[in-house]
Amino acid sequence: MVFTEAHSVSVELSRLRLPLAHFTLEVDVVLSGRVTGIFGASGAGKTSLLEIIAGLRRPMAGAVRIDGVVLTDFSTRTFVRPERRAVGYVPQEGALFPHLSVRKNLLYGFSGNHARPTGLTFEHVTGILEIAALVERRIQTLSGGEKQRVALGRALLASPRLLLLDEPLAGLDAPLRDRLLPYLARVRDEFAIPMIYVTHSPDEVLALCDDVVILCQGKIETRGAPAELFMPAARPRFERRPT
Amino acid sequence: MSAEAWQITWFTLGVATLSTLVILPFGVALAWLLARREWRGKSIVETLVALPLVMPPVATGLLLLKLLGRRGILGGWLEKTFGWEIVFTWRGVVIATAVMSFPLLVRTALVAFENVNPRLEQVARTLGSGPWRVFVRITFPLALRGVIAGALLAFARALGEFGATIMVAGYIPGKTATLALSIYNLVQLGHDSEAFGLLAISVVIAFGAVFASEWFLRRRIR
Repeated sequence: MVFTEAHSVSVELSRLRLPLAHFTLEVDVVLSGRVTGIFGASGAGKTSLLEIIAGLRRPMAGAVRIDGVVLTDFSTRTFVRPERRAVGYVPQEGALFPHLSVRKNLLYGFSGNHARPTGLTFEHVTGILEIAALVERRIQTLSGGEKQRVALGRALLASPRLLLLDEPLAGLDAPLRDRLLPYLARVRDEFAIPMIYVTHSPDEVLALCDDVVILCQGKIETRGAPAELFMPAARPRFERRPT
Repeated sequence: MSAEAWQITWFTLGVATLSTLVILPFGVALAWLLARREWRGKSIVETLVALPLVMPPVATGLLLLKLLGRRGILGGWLEKTFGWEIVFTWRGVVIATAVMSFPLLVRTALVAFENVNPRLEQVARTLGSGPWRVFVRITFPLALRGVIAGALLAFARALGEFGATIMVAGYIPGKTATLALSIYNLVQLGHDSEAFGLLAISVVIAFGAVFASEWFLRRRIR
């Protein structure tokens, strides 16, 4: 799989269908932004959607294609296993491996077979995320913000063609969120890896995303440019969505 | 301590170690399958595994005797294929103790595997690892302390096994006599002081095994 310098990727979610506890996730959309936000309240189906893209869940119907390559297609029984998708996934809690050092966490997916985009070296990634000084530490000694940066670095170093971030700043207090947002912006600007960013924070969408999809009860309510949907004068109804 | 007491102690330790080593790979594999996979007949297998915990040990022993005897399905096959006699030999002791201690290993290892956050395994998959590599690098190391604790509990259970062992292997001094069987025999013969000597050895070994098991369980990485 050859990575190109392009910052965007076409993620085609074609007639996806997955029954969840209280509703059915039904999505039919093509995401093509550099950073696409998926915005919605807790329990809207955002994480399930990311899991389908990452290959961690199989939908009951529909297909997932990235740049035209079929990763999941229910009708033809096609399913590319998660380890062969080159789709990075950073869950909300970071999910660092507690028995490995920071360095071993970062290098976990580093020896993959994917061609590496320019600049995606251990030194560069740890430099951009300012975690170079942490690499010999144990995971248990890291703060919440440090853990999230290490989780982000680990996903980047596996050279994904698409990076899925599942509410990486949720669960952190407001000052820490404000300190971490610039790191995410640096990752967006520095590395040629398109991202899908799940959040329930309009501020994060406005700060990071160039396209946003609003998900409600498993269905896409609307999509558009973040400024159009979230600036108070334009669409105030999405401003104070319960979280 | 008499030479006979030493021999009984070493034989018991050897048999308990061997039976634990024999059940370890099967117990770990079954515990993982029960913790991480959904499959048809899972609840039946779970119940079957737990049976030796609640059934009278002599009843389990009787079942094993029928199965492993020369005319039994398994015993006949083992003798024909490998020339192994099971009943009234040390092999019988190993099998009886293995069957009786298997549930303790599986149940403890099962909890250890269940305690590993599945998110870690999922993330490892997205980082390029296949299922086997995820098991070796993530799941098993994180469950290791629980698996060791389970193995130590199984070892402790094997040390004290009586009912099934007496049915399958009988009490043959120098051949199948374990600590538990010897204590019973000595008391039957009225040799209480010698029985108390073996009792003391049993207590020390069992205490060490259970203490170590608890230590591993307490220090499990989360």
